[in-house]
Amino acid sequence: MSAASVRAAGPRAGWTAGALALMVLAATLALIIGPTEIDRGGVLRASLDELLPWTIGHSLTDTQASIVANLRLPRVVLGLIVGAALSTAGATFQGVFRNPLADPYLLGVAAGGGLGATIAFVNEWGDGQGVLDAVQVTAFVGALASVAITWTVGVLGDRARSATSLILAGVAVASFFTAVQTYLQQQNTEDIRQIYVWFLGGLTTSGWSEVGQAVVPTALCVAALLLAGRTLDVLSVGDDEAAMLGVPVGRVRLLLVVIASLLTATAVAVSGLIAFVGLIVPHTARLLAGTSYRSVLPLSAIGGATFLVLCDLAARTLLTPAELPIGVVTAFFGAPFFIVILRTARR
Amino acid sequence: MKFRWIAALAVMFALVAAACGDDTDVASTEDATSAEDAMEDVAADEAADGDDAMEEDAMEEDVMEEDVMEEDEAAVEEPADEPAMEEDAVEDDAMEDDVPTRIVSLNPTGTEMLFAVGAGDQVVAVDNFSYYPPEAPVVDDLSAFTPSVEAIAAFEPDLIVTQGPIEGLDALGVPIMELWAAVTLDDVYSQIEQVGAATGHVGEAAELVGQMQTDIDAVLASLPERETPLTYYHELDNTLYSVTSSTFVGYVYGLLGLENAADAADPDGEFFGYPQLNEEFLVTADPDIIFLADTICCAQTAETVAERPGWDQLSAVQNGNIVELNDDIVSRWGPRIVEFIQVAGEAVAALETADAS
Repeated sequence: MSAASVRAAGPRAGWTAGALALMVLAATLALIIGPTEIDRGGVLRASLDELLPWTIGHSLTDTQASIVANLRLPRVVLGLIVGAALSTAGATFQGVFRNPLADPYLLGVAAGGGLGATIAFVNEWGDGQGVLDAVQVTAFVGALASVAITWTVGVLGDRARSATSLILAGVAVASFFTAVQTYLQQQNTEDIRQIYVWFLGGLTTSGWSEVGQAVVPTALCVAALLLAGRTLDVLSVGDDEAAMLGVPVGRVRLLLVVIASLLTATAVAVSGLIAFVGLIVPHTARLLAGTSYRSVLPLSAIGGATFLVLCDLAARTLLTPAELPIGVVTAFFGAPFFIVILRTARR
Repeated sequence: MKFRWIAALAVMFALVAAACGDDTDVASTEDATSAEDAMEDVAADEAADGDDAMEEDAMEEDVMEEDVMEEDEAAVEEPADEPAMEEDAVEDDAMEDDVPTRIVSLNPTGTEMLFAVGAGDQVVAVDNFSYYPPEAPVVDDLSAFTPSVEAIAAFEPDLIVTQGPIEGLDALGVPIMELWAAVTLDDVYSQIEQVGAATGHVGEAAELVGQMQTDIDAVLASLPERETPLTYYHELDNTLYSVTSSTFVGYVYGLLGLENAADAADPDGEFFGYPQLNEEFLVTADPDIIFLADTICCAQTAETVAERPGWDQLSAVQNGNIVELNDDIVSRWGPRIVEFIQVAGEAVAALETADAS
């Protein structure tokens, strides 16, 4: 354990710097490539002009500048935020439950968020666009509610709050919420198309309002989880051993689950359900830079942001000017990529 | 957990899209019926590279052309023990007793056609989306999306109108009339004539078709010639799903001389004519007119469109060329298609005048 930590501590800074460089590269690529041909230097200048507090000036036409400032840039920024949120949450769930298959949706967040969004759609409360739209709010609340119920049920079944009982409770709660969601959807077939589009997830029509809504909670939760690397490392040796080392296992697990769930719910509210990011990015980080959560967590945050921005780039350019659902891209490119990483790392 | 979701959704989405390819219609949720039914069709037909709906419609049309003099109800699968209908139809209302009087419609367009030809009194039950005309006897639990043969049988129907095949419905031994999503206006006219023939309202159906043709011709005649066609964007929902010219709606816009901005997004029909457009592409394409077919589903208006970030750059927004349509009318192919053509035609004519001045 301590040997592993020491080994991980050395290359950690190098990996982090490399990952950050990759992220900047990915974001730059995503900015300069798009269905509309715009002068590359102009796009970057216009982007900086929009992001920085002072005026830089650019050579773009009004329409081009508006496309960069209102459509392309916020979409890239939201991709970074959502990617970082989902994969940091995924890494946390994997650590908290010592389960390599854990992902951000482990405790029923997807089913709860989906039910929340469905309720808003069938009642015509909102359309999922803008700031704190009803669909976003109900998806957020549904996601958190499902975790709360999972936790309650899991603890009821097992005073020790073991990982297994919580995961099983998550399966039960998710199935139940999915059943209710499916029933509502079948009763309201006129809304089925909106619901499907939401479930597929994506950043298609996202703007600064979504960014503004997600950036603060995501930054706070990711920062909090990054501080938990050591604790997750201790938890990884087992509940009893961690308790002997002075970690209040039950309370720590609750706290981490609450933060990771808030993070997931924030992402789900603005982008629907995006698969795979929260699962493969942390594993890739682990395979490349070692299993210590002190490196897995920051690399997951940066890698998740990079991965999602690249997937969204593919989603909007592969069949341009048509859009591909981003969930299709994350799984289609993510799975083979993950297998390659898995093979090379095992060698 | 999550994979199952995505897989299931991807499959469902593909099915909805596939069904749309068959039916030329995505906006109407009643198409979900054919999403299920289309499963086998798509699987079977994709290899053959055939557009199922097109062939089907073409076939129906052929039959209509041959038999139109006899007013034969081509699409009605009649049990052998009811041979009398054909002659009765010719003699029109002379033998009221022998025309169906307990019609069940599981097709909202079919319902509109039934009432428009004057067969409304003969309809006993319609599915939960057949809420037009208002006097249609909607049965809330009667779903065309998940049809229950038993529930249908309970109405003791003597004619069932559907959009496509429904599993197990044949077992009732009741004539079934399948009205597939139209591809052209001729399909619409021939279906109305079929409905008229099957219900003993041949005269009214012919009159309705004639009136529709007159009204539509009047709209088309009112449009001045243009050197470069106007472009348009037809919005199905606020995540920018649209239609291409290969759909029925797209075909109707084509009649008005409009060019579709979304055609570039689905040139090979990979999305079956229903692509999701990239937002910056749309802003760059800058269509002359925006048609909103999501005023009911997604509560979109000219105002909400104008408020979208970056959309202030669109000339259609700047010039107020945003036409709010009724989702239902433009997702069906019934007699009300005339209203759609009139509204769209007015918008086009208004734009022409503005351009000229």
